[in-house]
Amino acid sequence: MIRERYLNLGVLALLLALALLARLADQSFTITVLTKVVILALAAAGLNIALGLGGLVSLGHAVFFGLGGYAMGILAFHAQNFAPLELGPLTIAGSKSMPVIWLTAIAVSALAALVIGLLSLRTSGVYFIMITLAFGQMFYYFSISWAAYGGEDGLSIYIRNGFPGLNMLDPIQFFGICFAVLCLVLLFSDRLARSPFGLALNAARQVPVRVETVGLSPMRLKLLAFVISGAITGLAGALYADLNRFVSPTMFSWQLSGELMVLVILGGVGRLIGPVVGAAIFVALEQLLGGLTAFWQIWLGVILLLIVLFARGGVVGLIAPKGVGHD
Amino acid sequence: MSTILIIEQVLNGLQFGVMLFLMAAGLTLIFGVMGLINLAHGSLYMIGAFAAATVAGATGSFLLALAAAMAAAALTGALVEMAVIRRLYARDHLDQVLATFALILIFSEGTRWIFGSLPLYLNIPSWLAGPVALPGGIQYPLYRLALIAVGLLVWLGLWWLIERTRLGIQIRAGENDREMIAALGIDISKLYTLIFALGAALAGLAGALVGTIQSVQVGMGEPVLILAFVVIVIGGIGSIKGAFVGALLVGLTSTLGGIFLPELFKLFTDPATAQSAGASLASMSIYILMSLVLIWRPTGLFGARA
Amino acid sequence: MKKLLMAAAVMALSAGLAAAEVKVGMITTLSGGGAGLGIDVRDGFLLALKQSGRDDIEVLIEDDQQKPDIAVQIADKMIQSDKVEVMTGIIWSNLAMAVVPGAVAQGVFYLSPNAGPSQLAGAGCDKNYFNVAWQNDNLHEGAGAWANQTGYKKTFILAPNYPAGKDALTGYKRTYKGELAGEIYTELGQTDYAAEIAQIRASDADSVFLFLPGGMGISFLKQYADSGVGKPVIGPGFSFDQDILGAVGDAALGAVNTSQWSKDIDNPTNKAFVESFQKEYGRLPSLYASQGFDTANLLISALDKAQPSDADAFRAALEAAEFDSTRGAFKFGPNHHPIQTIYAREVVKEGDVLTNKIIGTAIENHADAYAAECKM
Repeated sequence: MIRERYLNLGVLALLLALALLARLADQSFTITVLTKVVILALAAAGLNIALGLGGLVSLGHAVFFGLGGYAMGILAFHAQNFAPLELGPLTIAGSKSMPVIWLTAIAVSALAALVIGLLSLRTSGVYFIMITLAFGQMFYYFSISWAAYGGEDGLSIYIRNGFPGLNMLDPIQFFGICFAVLCLVLLFSDRLARSPFGLALNAARQVPVRVETVGLSPMRLKLLAFVISGAITGLAGALYADLNRFVSPTMFSWQLSGELMVLVILGGVGRLIGPVVGAAIFVALEQLLGGLTAFWQIWLGVILLLIVLFARGGVVGLIAPKGVGHD
Repeated sequence: MSTILIIEQVLNGLQFGVMLFLMAAGLTLIFGVMGLINLAHGSLYMIGAFAAATVAGATGSFLLALAAAMAAAALTGALVEMAVIRRLYARDHLDQVLATFALILIFSEGTRWIFGSLPLYLNIPSWLAGPVALPGGIQYPLYRLALIAVGLLVWLGLWWLIERTRLGIQIRAGENDREMIAALGIDISKLYTLIFALGAALAGLAGALVGTIQSVQVGMGEPVLILAFVVIVIGGIGSIKGAFVGALLVGLTSTLGGIFLPELFKLFTDPATAQSAGASLASMSIYILMSLVLIWRPTGLFGARA
Repeated sequence: MKKLLMAAAVMALSAGLAAAEVKVGMITTLSGGGAGLGIDVRDGFLLALKQSGRDDIEVLIEDDQQKPDIAVQIADKMIQSDKVEVMTGIIWSNLAMAVVPGAVAQGVFYLSPNAGPSQLAGAGCDKNYFNVAWQNDNLHEGAGAWANQTGYKKTFILAPNYPAGKDALTGYKRTYKGELAGEIYTELGQTDYAAEIAQIRASDADSVFLFLPGGMGISFLKQYADSGVGKPVIGPGFSFDQDILGAVGDAALGAVNTSQWSKDIDNPTNKAFVESFQKEYGRLPSLYASQGFDTANLLISALDKAQPSDADAFRAALEAAEFDSTRGAFKFGPNHHPIQTIYAREVVKEGDVLTNKIIGTAIENHADAYAAECKM
């Protein structure tokens, strides 16, 4: 256990150090790449709560990532065009403030996760994988044809949104804020896993009957985990949209759901730092292999395959074995 | 809207459905017997289409092309099963999803590496080209009628295979009780390779048949794969009968939804908006159908186990 | 991400007067289903550079995988780390909308070799954004005009349900004077058109207009030819160009399509381009290759007069557009989009190869509909 804690802190420290080094060397693109790692790690950390803690294999987490993205896109779009958003009797002016956007992203994704979770958790196993995929497809097709917000063209936001007291246009400051959010979420995940709720959830995943006999509903535990998970991935979506200053239906695509899953498994399911390690490796492969060959995705496929076949428990599992692999 | 048009659209839905069945049958067999969720099934569909286009281009024979498609897909399937897939049977769905997702990347980019980025040419042979007149004055493409016939034949063939042959007994035994087939002295790993190759051959056949009237290009398998998953989930995973009913439901919903939803919306709003809104809802319709089915019956229409 | 660092030939044209290096960033689609278009734009662009013999232009090429977020990240990298001054290459409108506004806001010049979304032609136009291909609606407007000339009175129109599809139908209706026999939005990425073809058969249409790019068009044309419906087909050049004709086969024969370029446009530049492209790459050039070629020549003509660092002079040089285009005369309108002639072409067979032949002029010196909204 101690070893894993050192590893967790080491990985985070390394990320921060790399970003600061890049700042000193005036390599702003490296900071952008590291910010991408942090945000993808955040999205995967969200998924990891459903996947690792709750045992819920969701192939539809792009829904929350996309909703977070569109929460940012729509609010900023109305603010930048000075065209208030009319929602029946309610008029919203739009917003370019990150805290407002984040709260909206979290609220919208949590609500969506509640509805999707309520419906999907009636099923299990492959059916659960597929029904979450189906919800993802519904959002995807809807967003493609929703002309008011650009449809397939997506929405461009010309200037990154602001955070009180900081200059978000400076890459290192934006990295800093994303990094801080990631650390907070990881701390929260850690606490959550050790809390009575986390322990009960773990039990519900392994022996549902035992949980029921002590008067807890496995369904409710899982639903709560799914909602928390969706909310965090939604927050990551809002940040990702801000990184690119752009949202589009690809954020809802099933490939993105698949990629998020890849990040978690690559790093190690249910391991606190797994999503961070997974995201770092994924982005590094994308950047490095891409420079070597036009067909780099073949090699990405081969590496993923080798990890699944021969490194159960992901990369974190290789470095800091838990004694038991993930189930 | 005339009756003729409606009948024609039902035929279209049926044709779409039986082609989905070819894909779904393999998926559901593989899941039912081996408990494996195979995202790379769409790649086998693509391999079938590419093999057919290559052989048709070289020999000019459509039947040879179909045979090549099935052979190439079955061979690829068998090799992949022996090299990779069999290591995944004992794993959870998560590992299976990731490993077969990795296989998609390898197959898609590998195909692009070999064949380039431009779509390939594959067309209907002259003896199946053109429309025929059906009773009631319906003009319907002969090729699509042939597709319906092939789909129904495959369904019958599979039914016969599973209900009436020794292999079928083994498959059914495998679905019910994995230890039992081992106890019966059946070579499980051979049986698994065989089933996987059979499913792959059906996917390859579907790829060649459908590729003939569509675009043979890299990435053609993924949209079909998702639809095939919708089909087997609606039908109940592991059930051939479920796959057949699910395929027809999805085929008809998708085709008829695309026609009638815009018409329905025209009753409430202007034509352009109705077209657009109707088309949006139509593209979501099968996913809505699937969610409704699962909410009503969490293991699909004919599914036994969770 | 792919990086093909291409330093141009070493030979200096004017000894002693070697100009400063100009870095050009090209983001285009080189992998996945849409790679054919990006490869053609890239090859056309590089061919023009090679022919110019210049050594002062460095082109950085990266693959956007047809994903907007990847395109944005590459653009950030090219602008922030590589300090490119000119960008080009994007094929798809949704990627252009993701990249272009941010790039030009940071003072980079963007020359579009393909995508021309209406926003960037109208209210969202920018003094540093130039479109060398067309505004997205142009070819559809040409098709509408050609339908009038041909005497079509009732067209059945269809396109995928996404912004470019809606623009296409709007563009056709803008110039087309007849009635509509039907108007259908299909699903994006749809591959089976049996239902739509049945509706066309049941309608009293005298012609069919379609905008179905890539694999969608291939599927439709094959199925349409087999259905025996036989009503004449008209569409924008994208669905009938060199990159997909081979896959459609004889099913495309006789289809009329509109384009600002064709390989038989009779001028010396175009003849030399078609010949040298075939020699260099062993295939016929497409619409996209001609656009990549023109884009590079526009850039070279501007670099002859000014450096991008002198933004005002460079912009004036681009606006003047004094280069030999494969389309013949070339000029920009006030919103930096071409004012050009759109031709009607017909798909024909030359020997074993399917290709296009000009059959007439659809619309002459045509400017896009959004120029008035552009305030530069």
